[in-house]
Amino acid sequence: MPEDKVIVNNLTKKFGDLLVLDDVSFTIGKGEFVCLVGPTGCGKTTFLNLLVKLIEPTAGEILIDGEPADPKRHSLSFVFQEPSAFPWLTVEDNIKFNLRIKKFPKNVIEERTEQMLKLVGLTQQRKLYPHQLSVSAEQRIVIARSFAMFPDLLLMDEPYGQMDIKLRYYLEDEVLRIWRETGSTVIFITHNIEEAVYLSQRCLVMSSKPTTVKTIRTIDLPYPRNVADPAFISIRQEITDMIKWW
Amino acid sequence: MKKNKKLKRLVLGFLGIAVFLGIWQLAGTLGWVSTKILASPTDVVATFIDKLTNPKPDGSTLPQHIWASLKLALIGFGAACVIGIPLGLTMGFFKGMDHFFNPLFEIIRPIPPLAWIPVILLILGIGTTAKAFIIFVAAFVPCLLNSYVGIKRTRTTLINVAKTSGATDMQIFFKVGLPSALPMVFTGVKVSLGTSWATLVAAEMLSSSVGLGYMIQRGRTIVRSDIIIVGMLTIGVIGAILVFLLSLLEKKIAPWRNKK
Ligand SMILES: Nc1ncnc2c1ncn2[C@@H]1O[C@H](COP(=O)(O)OP(=O)(O)O)[C@@H](O)[C@H]1O
Ligand SMILES: [Mg+2]
Repeated sequence: MPEDKVIVNNLTKKFGDLLVLDDVSFTIGKGEFVCLVGPTGCGKTTFLNLLVKLIEPTAGEILIDGEPADPKRHSLSFVFQEPSAFPWLTVEDNIKFNLRIKKFPKNVIEERTEQMLKLVGLTQQRKLYPHQLSVSAEQRIVIARSFAMFPDLLLMDEPYGQMDIKLRYYLEDEVLRIWRETGSTVIFITHNIEEAVYLSQRCLVMSSKPTTVKTIRTIDLPYPRNVADPAFISIRQEITDMIKWW
Repeated sequence: MKKNKKLKRLVLGFLGIAVFLGIWQLAGTLGWVSTKILASPTDVVATFIDKLTNPKPDGSTLPQHIWASLKLALIGFGAACVIGIPLGLTMGFFKGMDHFFNPLFEIIRPIPPLAWIPVILLILGIGTTAKAFIIFVAAFVPCLLNSYVGIKRTRTTLINVAKTSGATDMQIFFKVGLPSALPMVFTGVKVSLGTSWATLVAAEMLSSSVGLGYMIQRGRTIVRSDIIIVGMLTIGVIGAILVFLLSLLEKKIAPWRNKK
């Protein structure tokens, strides 16, 4: 049993009278790849915001490596649901942003930036500004920016929602590769069940508001997974049935 | 296609000015308005050329007037930028600053710049400092206000990107808030520049002996509309040039705005 990377104890979050998360508890192991699925508005984004301390819980606690999150010390990367490339930075400066904040050595910054530009296919566009690119290219900048950190904890909030299938499949394989090569822990939010089954070792299925974790489904298929494999299809079907009432 | 459009626009712009000048000229020659009261464009051009070197009848040549006014406006405007922008940005970003300065600013803001004149005269007398200060007061408010609103409008998600990557408040201020506010800061600076230029005439009414505002005043006293109009047009043209220079600077400092 690996150590726990994230511990969630009796977490409750209310916005005024609106009870969003209702006494949620679970743990995520170090190096684990977990997908969170649940209906829109059930509190998935709220959960990630609580995890990185952008907002405070109403009750309960949420710990990273046994302590409250501190982005200044923990190495985390967050791909937000909304577009989040800096409009005033070029593609390459966007990718360097987090590395510069974390004061990585210059040669590491250069090397990672080259690597990430290549990974998301934006080497030609490196000097352009985000608004000169398509929406999906802007999202690729953001993904490159968060991968570049090789973070301990990678949080992705419906990162591939706006992308066409081909790009999504490619970036799904890339996030798996980064995860394997860096040994990071990944929490990946999606409402695409196939994506969740393709990526995760465990899939947390959340109920609608007030939200609890309905089921945690372990997916022990070997990587790389085959979406046409009968075992794959049966797990996908099982989770889909669980949430039919969405 | 695009070039054609540009040319069309240019031609129309010139045409607009030409028609205006034509009507103005006709108004004189056809006797709609006495040329004693309203000098014709040709008179104005002649006066303009003459004033380039001739200090008469108002005491200084046009370049001297321009330089005196420019100095005054730039001191007032410069001070407004140097104080207004940092204050607006920090007020918009740091809650403590906002809570400390906001009530004070809300009271000062509605006071029209010209209402400051009496108290400024009492305290500072009627020298250059007083005049520059009046311009400062007028230019200060748009500078501060736009910087304040600009940084407040920084998208929360962008701040959160920096926060979750471990940035300090100072890093967030300089690397996210400031660049995000820049376009509005520039808007404020442009408005300020316009305001300070416009306040010039009022400031130079406070007993000047040189300056474009003074030249206009003087023109009225000695009933020389050609001099008044030369002064007005000079103010207009220089104002437009200054705003144009600022736009160039903006393109240099905030290049991501215009590239498409
Ligand atoms: N800052 C907030 N203030 C009030 N309500 C909020 C706030 N943030 C989220 N909510 C509400 O909490 C619920 C969960 O939102 P969210 O976490 O964004 O859902 P999800 O990401 O699962 O779609 C929604 O009903 C939303 O309206
Ligand atoms: Mg969400």
